[in-house]
Amino acid sequence: MANLAMPLPSVLPPAAEPLDTDLLWRLYLEMLRIRVIERRIAERYGEKEMRCPVHLSIGQEAVAVGVCAHLRREDKAMSAHRSHGHYLAKGGDLYAMLCELYGRKEGCCGGRGGSMHLMDQAAGFWGAVPIVGSTLPIALGLALADKRLGRKLTTVAFLGEGATEEGVFTETLNLACVLRVPMLFVCENNGFSVYTPLDPRRAPDWDFGAYVRSHGSNYLAADGNDLEAVYRLTAQAMERLRADPTRPCVLEFATWRYYEHCGPGQDDHLGYREEEQIKHWAERDPLALARAQLSTRDPAKAKESEACERRYIAEVDAVIEKVRATPRPDPATLERGVFAP
Amino acid sequence: MSQPAPVRELSYAEAIREATAICLQRDPRTFIIGLGVPDPKGIFGTTADLAKEFGADRALDAPLSENALTGMVIGAALNGLRPILTHQRVDFALLSLEQIVNQAAKWYYMFDGRGGTVPIVIRMVIGRGWGQGPQHAQSLSSWFAHIPGLKVVAPASPADAKGMFIASVEDDNPVIFLEHRWLHNMRGPVPEGYHRAPLEKCLVVRKGADVTVVANSHMVIEALRAADFAATRAGIDVEVVDVRCLNPLDYPTIAASVARTRRLLVADDDARHCGFAAEIIARVCESGQSLLAPPARATHPDCPSPSSAALAAAFYPTARELYATIAKLVGRGAELAEQFPPRPCPVDVPHLEFPGPF
Repeated sequence: MANLAMPLPSVLPPAAEPLDTDLLWRLYLEMLRIRVIERRIAERYGEKEMRCPVHLSIGQEAVAVGVCAHLRREDKAMSAHRSHGHYLAKGGDLYAMLCELYGRKEGCCGGRGGSMHLMDQAAGFWGAVPIVGSTLPIALGLALADKRLGRKLTTVAFLGEGATEEGVFTETLNLACVLRVPMLFVCENNGFSVYTPLDPRRAPDWDFGAYVRSHGSNYLAADGNDLEAVYRLTAQAMERLRADPTRPCVLEFATWRYYEHCGPGQDDHLGYREEEQIKHWAERDPLALARAQLSTRDPAKAKESEACERRYIAEVDAVIEKVRATPRPDPATLERGVFAP
Repeated sequence: MSQPAPVRELSYAEAIREATAICLQRDPRTFIIGLGVPDPKGIFGTTADLAKEFGADRALDAPLSENALTGMVIGAALNGLRPILTHQRVDFALLSLEQIVNQAAKWYYMFDGRGGTVPIVIRMVIGRGWGQGPQHAQSLSSWFAHIPGLKVVAPASPADAKGMFIASVEDDNPVIFLEHRWLHNMRGPVPEGYHRAPLEKCLVVRKGADVTVVANSHMVIEALRAADFAATRAGIDVEVVDVRCLNPLDYPTIAASVARTRRLLVADDDARHCGFAAEIIARVCESGQSLLAPPARATHPDCPSPSSAALAAAFYPTARELYATIAKLVGRGAELAEQFPPRPCPVDVPHLEFPGPF
């Protein structure tokens, strides 16, 4: 594992040509929209109307957007507790998500799940749950079914690096290799499991890439705060899946969450992350990096970005007001649906 | 329950094998996976030659990865397949409790139906005897029945093993299918061809007026032995209710029986504390049903299941003990308990021919 103060060594070949500006702009706007939505969640959390834990992915938007850019709507993604970004990048419905956070009847789980249980099958987002590693084998099952039913679809399982310490990660990776199921595991390594850094969790010579490859899977890694790197690495992974559809692929992206593990605030005053790391990653905000790149190519983009940001804020606030006016679930439905009919 | 005329006898294990083959034959979305499915012993014969008949991709062997296998069959089920997962012992399935309890059981409810249904069958073999010991002879049926969203079935006859297996595979919910190891070699009439037995019904397997014995799985066999003796030797008329499905529970059938007999014994092959027997007794008491004697239960004692036959003999409730309790409930015939015929074989095997080693 690379020192988190530095980006992971990229295995990307040198770019033949830079990413198309229109594409970069479109992906940037997706990141911006996710950032604005989560920032508004944080800002309005204190109103105590969103009465469930929230795990914000602010700072990790490039992975969600850069990966999902390669997926069609019918391709599938699953995630874990920090899933807002993945859900939105996959095309998940914002209204249904916010209804869920506000405990409303029209939430994506009817108010039964909260922020940690997002679902929008119409958008290809097949679910997130807060038990670390738990959706990995379920995603494998989705991919297995698509393979057996002859559907040419891609399944992506998003995970944090903490999930790789769960036995179920190894079990799932091995099963995917044994059953020759092509799927993507996208590991966001933000260096912390809640407040626990990597040191107490891994021996100094831990080599995740070698571990993954030894099972028969492909492994690729890059800086997860570099949108273009994420996009291009995922393109390479998709190419490998097409070229050898008997082999899964694990992508690892170094990244950083700017907010606390769970909740609406920032918590670096607690001193659990090193100043050097904080500074390093503060200078590598995926949105700022992409915006700088875009401004170099087209100076007008900075202003345009500000206008878009205002539009997104208005969009989120309008949705929140709509959500707040909708009914809560009827207690009479409490015991409905324990069993499928 | 439709009962086509039984024309031949099968063992319980053969009945499961036949049911599995019918499911694989009828629905290409079905597959069975688990450690040893295609091996020479074929999970006590229940999966014998399925791989030869249906191909290695319909009857799959697997790595020792119970948790991921469970998650995988959940995902496959959500996405259109109908998987069957097998464990050679319930004890191994404990490695997959996270997926069973947090995911399979809750998926339909927690996503308010929008996450889809989880049509999976998880077979677990309950052990007993031949020194299986603390980690190969548990039942744990009450545990699974405690979890909302899991259907927990425990057929006691070869006909039910077949009919309930097919119904389990066709059910849209996760079904825990508990097979008592001592039932595998038991023979009985089994309908030929496609045969479904409803999952969620108790079956009154013997009518009687004096005492209701509520039992499940192998304890149904013990209860029937006790009832036979009670009828022929003591003139006590025992009704035996086979709780084929522990969750959801067909309580009305039990209530109706207890309302007639007003005496209740629950025989459950599981630990006593917080167990299934306690649940049945609580329901009867809560209902206000007046009883002629305090309700009784026959269960494992609250200790792990030991290996030595000497200890195991004291661990499992037997037909003789059931009879003694029945006599106590009715208030006569207690002195006949000593004449209860001894088992025709040692206490640690289901029958004389049982070869071991597991």
